[in-house]
Amino acid sequence: MKTKCFNIEKLIIGIVLGWLICFIFIPNLMIVITSFLTKDDANIISLVFTLDNYLKLLDPMYVKVLWHSFYMAAFATLFCLIIGYPFAYIIARMQIKFRFFMLFLVIVPFWTNSLIRTYGLKSVLGTHGLLNKFLLALSIIDKPLHIMYSEYAVMIGLVYILLPFMILPLFSSIEKLDNCYLEAAKDLGASRWQIFRRIVLPLTIPGIIGGCLLVLLPALGMFYVADLLGGAKNLLIGNVIKTQILNMRDWPFGSATSITLTLVMAFLLYIYWKISQKIHKKVEMEI
Amino acid sequence: MKKIINTIYLFMVYAFLYIPIIVLIVNSFNVSKFGQKWKGVTFKWYGELLDNDSLIQAAIHSLTIALISATCAALLGSLMAIALYRYRFKSKNFIKGLLFVVMMSPDITMAISLLAIFTLISIELGFFTLLIAHITFCLPFVVITVLARLSGFDIRMLEAAKDLGAKEWTILSKIIMPLAKTAIMSGWLLSFTLSLDDVIISSFVTGPSYEILPLKIYSMVRVGISPEINALATVMLVFSLLLVVISKWLVREKIR
Repeated sequence: MKTKCFNIEKLIIGIVLGWLICFIFIPNLMIVITSFLTKDDANIISLVFTLDNYLKLLDPMYVKVLWHSFYMAAFATLFCLIIGYPFAYIIARMQIKFRFFMLFLVIVPFWTNSLIRTYGLKSVLGTHGLLNKFLLALSIIDKPLHIMYSEYAVMIGLVYILLPFMILPLFSSIEKLDNCYLEAAKDLGASRWQIFRRIVLPLTIPGIIGGCLLVLLPALGMFYVADLLGGAKNLLIGNVIKTQILNMRDWPFGSATSITLTLVMAFLLYIYWKISQKIHKKVEMEI
Repeated sequence: MKKIINTIYLFMVYAFLYIPIIVLIVNSFNVSKFGQKWKGVTFKWYGELLDNDSLIQAAIHSLTIALISATCAALLGSLMAIALYRYRFKSKNFIKGLLFVVMMSPDITMAISLLAIFTLISIELGFFTLLIAHITFCLPFVVITVLARLSGFDIRMLEAAKDLGAKEWTILSKIIMPLAKTAIMSGWLLSFTLSLDDVIISSFVTGPSYEILPLKIYSMVRVGISPEINALATVMLVFSLLLVVISKWLVREKIR
């Protein structure tokens, strides 16, 4: 009996560990190693150590592309926050029976393929699209706006696809907010701005940062949004990596770009972790 | 007054989220091909959708991949959650670390790392590479859902079973599995939707021999406007809404 129970345990651990090593550990290790090797046209890579792939990222041309990508993703994140925060706040303060229905409505579009939604957005933003028709009809503008194939189109696309990822963490951190604090502050004569600035905002910082990360991190890689809405000039880091690997067959440089992207993300996550720990301690101490 | 402003605000955000989808649905019934003017109701595009063999084929491929990969991910993920919850072993932190890597590393990094290993062992890109990739990126979601459920267990139940002489297999199949069933099911559903939706990883690990729906759509919408896509979007939305309603209903039955 003893040996049999031992066997099942071993078997489960073996399967699980085997899968993770084969399809996560080794592949990632390969990418890390490849990023330090030299490109070779015949054999994809040759085993010569180099740092050139990382240095190439500092080339002004790539710096410009990467910076533009980061700038578009960062602004998309900011817009998500600006749109999402009041939205999450209003919903979190509703009666419980409405709350979940409203959240449900946020998640429904999420079930349609995001590619199809991007395509739908394209037909709204186009020169003869619904948005232009609407604005023309209200005579807010007299000439159709050319939004498509600009950086604004990419930003709108990213906001559109990723907004739910901002709203959900914001909602859960605002919902946790204890009403006692707000009422106490009101009783003590705080203005609405003071309540928001001194109580609501600090206590929901983990939700804000969490939401920002959930939007920013995928935003950098969503090459199809940039591809469909942004045209050739407005690339995201995802487009750069995709072109390097699939079209140019430059594995070492593609790997180096993606490792850099991962490291940037890891760094942002680390900061998030540190800040949320700090806030946790502070809140505990004050209570 | 404040309430009215709030309602208008909520309405505007919902409009932003829903208008592109509604435009697609409306245009799927529009006679006009370019969908800029309403020219009357037609079901022509649905007919063309049904006649488009390669699109239907891609949809079947996608569903096949989603079904199999969700099932495998649910199984493997549950095993992983059980291993993390119940057993003590040296590589536990290693497993947790790797799962963390999958969760946190950008999709595109995972895509090229998988493509690297597939190229190295020179396996033909197609069904199996897609399947392996989809199972792998779904895994952490299942593990987290199931592990959350397992952590809520009363550990005394398992101890009681052991004291009464239950074997490991009995404990797994008679206690842990039935109790974690709903969590495993929601993990399965999450994996299924993730698999159907993925564009980034699939576009790296698929080959011409096995075309799946998101990539087929991608190549179609890049070229220009195709009204069949509108019809397809409507069908997919109805399909996923049905799936959600069914799953809610199943869970509700279980609670009773």
